[in-house]
Amino acid sequence: MTIRSMLLAGAAAVMMTAGGAGAKTLVYCSEASPEGFDPAPYTAGTTFDASSKPVYDQLVEFKPGTTEIEPGLAESWDVSDDGLTYTFNLRKGVKFHSVEGFTPSRDFNADDVIFSFDRQGNKDNPYYAYAPGVSYEYYAGMDMPTIIKSIEKVDDYTVKFTLSEPNAPFLADLAMDFASIMSKEYADKLAGEDRKADINNVPVGTGPFSFVAYQKDAVIRYKANPDYFKGKTPVDDLIFAITPDPAVRMQKLQAGECQIMPYPSPADIQALRDDSNIKVDEQPGLNVAYLAYNTTQAPFDKPEVRKALNMAINKDAIIDAVFQGAGQVAKNPIPPTMWSYNKDIKDDAYDPEQAKKMLDEAGVKDLEMNIWAMPVQRPYMPNARRTAELMQSDLAKVGVTANIVSYEWGEYLKKSKDPTRDGAVILGWTGDNGDPDNFLAVLLGCSAAESGANRAFWCDQKFDDLITKARQSSDQAERTKLYEQAQEVFKEQAPWDTIAHSTVFMPMSTKVSGYVMSPLGGHDFYGVDISE
Amino acid sequence: MLRFIIGKILWLIPTLIGITIVAFGFVRVLPGDPVLLMAGERGLSPERHAELAHQLGFDRPLWQQYLDFIWQLAHGNLGDSLVTHKPVLGEFFALFPATLELGVCAMFLAVVIGVPIGVLAAIKRGSWFDQATMGTALVGYSMPIFWWGLLLIILFSGILQWTPVSGRISLMYYFPNGTGFMIWDALMSGQSGALASALSHLILPAVVLATIPLAVIARQTRSAMLEVLGEDYVRTARAKGMPPRRVVGVHALRNAMIPVITTIGLQVGMLMAGAILTETIFSWPGIGKWMVDSISRRDYPSVQGGLLMIALIVMFVNLIVDLLYGLINPRIRHR
Repeated sequence: MTIRSMLLAGAAAVMMTAGGAGAKTLVYCSEASPEGFDPAPYTAGTTFDASSKPVYDQLVEFKPGTTEIEPGLAESWDVSDDGLTYTFNLRKGVKFHSVEGFTPSRDFNADDVIFSFDRQGNKDNPYYAYAPGVSYEYYAGMDMPTIIKSIEKVDDYTVKFTLSEPNAPFLADLAMDFASIMSKEYADKLAGEDRKADINNVPVGTGPFSFVAYQKDAVIRYKANPDYFKGKTPVDDLIFAITPDPAVRMQKLQAGECQIMPYPSPADIQALRDDSNIKVDEQPGLNVAYLAYNTTQAPFDKPEVRKALNMAINKDAIIDAVFQGAGQVAKNPIPPTMWSYNKDIKDDAYDPEQAKKMLDEAGVKDLEMNIWAMPVQRPYMPNARRTAELMQSDLAKVGVTANIVSYEWGEYLKKSKDPTRDGAVILGWTGDNGDPDNFLAVLLGCSAAESGANRAFWCDQKFDDLITKARQSSDQAERTKLYEQAQEVFKEQAPWDTIAHSTVFMPMSTKVSGYVMSPLGGHDFYGVDISE
Repeated sequence: MLRFIIGKILWLIPTLIGITIVAFGFVRVLPGDPVLLMAGERGLSPERHAELAHQLGFDRPLWQQYLDFIWQLAHGNLGDSLVTHKPVLGEFFALFPATLELGVCAMFLAVVIGVPIGVLAAIKRGSWFDQATMGTALVGYSMPIFWWGLLLIILFSGILQWTPVSGRISLMYYFPNGTGFMIWDALMSGQSGALASALSHLILPAVVLATIPLAVIARQTRSAMLEVLGEDYVRTARAKGMPPRRVVGVHALRNAMIPVITTIGLQVGMLMAGAILTETIFSWPGIGKWMVDSISRRDYPSVQGGLLMIALIVMFVNLIVDLLYGLINPRIRHR
């Protein structure tokens, strides 16, 4: 008897004794441990995959596979003509999960909605700082404290949000993970028992899966919610097998120890495609990697100099060498899957001769500059150091001496925000809510130039007027036009060299059906089935 | 003997104080700000940064933060993780059984295989066996753990399909109220197949983690043995006509064991370093991987608490080793 047949025999025995035969289990080889199960205090996708995606719902949700908004816990909503009031009509008869020590006595209602937002914005809410160091960075980061003026309960199934100024992306913000709706009844019970921190350990939501158990750094178990308001998901159990190393995830997938995995190494994609038991889905990521010049410092204050440097850099070579083909050259600051992406923009083509000429004409001679390379790997940038080296050798060909500098990640983020900093910074962004405002205003707006999130410190009045107008309009067609124009201004002024949008791969067993990749990058297993 | 033990334990106190300073200082010497790392690309305003730093106490002078740490420590509290917001001590003990189980098995393999090989190689000095094993030991000693682990997974789990790829037990077994020692839990669960599953998950990581200590122990045993075999009393014992088995097994081995036990004690510290890589490859939920994650997030309480606990354990093991010397060689006790 080999070890394997012993295992199989043992497994069969257990299946019979446990009576689990026929229960469908989907195993997902996740890439890291969640930081907790309350999505609001965190910003990492891994944490959302384990908390808001399976366990929670939001008032509005992203339609699977798109960045469009569809009804969630709110059945419908009305926006006032001035764009200042959003009234949500809540779904009736939605049940929260039961967990050990808590069985909900009532259905979801307006109190839960008020609680879920109030705790993040109101310092007097008992859950504002329920454990040391808890803070709601996403709520703050999406500017909710300024945007939301008040939230009122009209009746048990109607909630009214009043904004301080019209803000078109607001609806998409409400579909984000931080806006997950928690049970107030559960929170009150925990507070009464002086164990508020358990809201981050044992989540209670309305979502397609209810939480069963978490063994730290090893396994998370969920079971299907039979009462889910969109209908029960096809599998009975969902298991996250936490597997940090990508090569090991791939081995587990091939051995059948899990059926689906995120973030394969680009180098392994071909081998996975060649495996007849595995299929590989792919999609452009909702991200951008860029090189931001400091436009307040000479000679980078001149658009023609920035354009010349852009033309000196061979981006195709970066896609080949650094992204190993798992990416595409970026020409706009927003990715091509996003609405209002301007297809007609012409990128500054790679042309070292022309670049050299332009630099001469601009009077730039013997330029010595720094290129900042991030010390970490990010979804939009597999290897910043290597990218910087390629840029360095390209720039040398047009007579520019580039020095590569790097700092520890936290320092890097801080120092690169300093407007007196030198040279150009490699950085990137992954979209939060699928709205162009989330790229263009956050990374290139004038107020971002002041805060430093705009690493180019580029404040162009024309561009800023366009995106401000677009943010305040609720007419999608008008917004699209404004954003398209903004992208033209961006290209003329070239505050960045737009480097790449990475490609996201999702290898899975051919037995898996119904998995839809989200352009926002999260992993959601509602509706996924598995054949025996 | 009691005085000897008490003396040893008293010596641990200054060491312990030194360790608290190193553990506290180490993570703060590293560049990087935990508040900035929490925010990532999204960043946060200077006001918000100051507010959070204040909330976490990072705006106070270092000596004050250190005294707080000691004060908490005196109350048996290592603080709360900045990431999970849970008590560090609880996190440590949730993960420690996994590391201990892996470490003990690896050490067991290393000793049970390493010592006999070393002894045999010493007896048959210069033979093909000696040369082959010592050559292999040299390779084992210089083995890049990450590569070695992956190689074994690809061979035994991928191609031969003898062992599972990673994890501690098949996902179908689940012990909600387990001790965290998977072998024990599997045994106690009474489910047939659970123990086989736990062992089959343990074997590859244990072999990988045992590789370097095994090589070191085999080489150390061989050289200690050779030294002892050249001693006068061994020659005398042989001259008296004592059977070779007894000469080697009793007289020589006992004395050769002293440096070997020292090596084993030191290898426990090395095992922690090896555990970091081994746990990452085999998705083994232990403290090695936890420490790496905590360091990269600059989770100060987790790093300083974890380092302290690891240091305590290594110190404890070395204390045991010191006591073992006393058992093996009575002269040490009386010095």
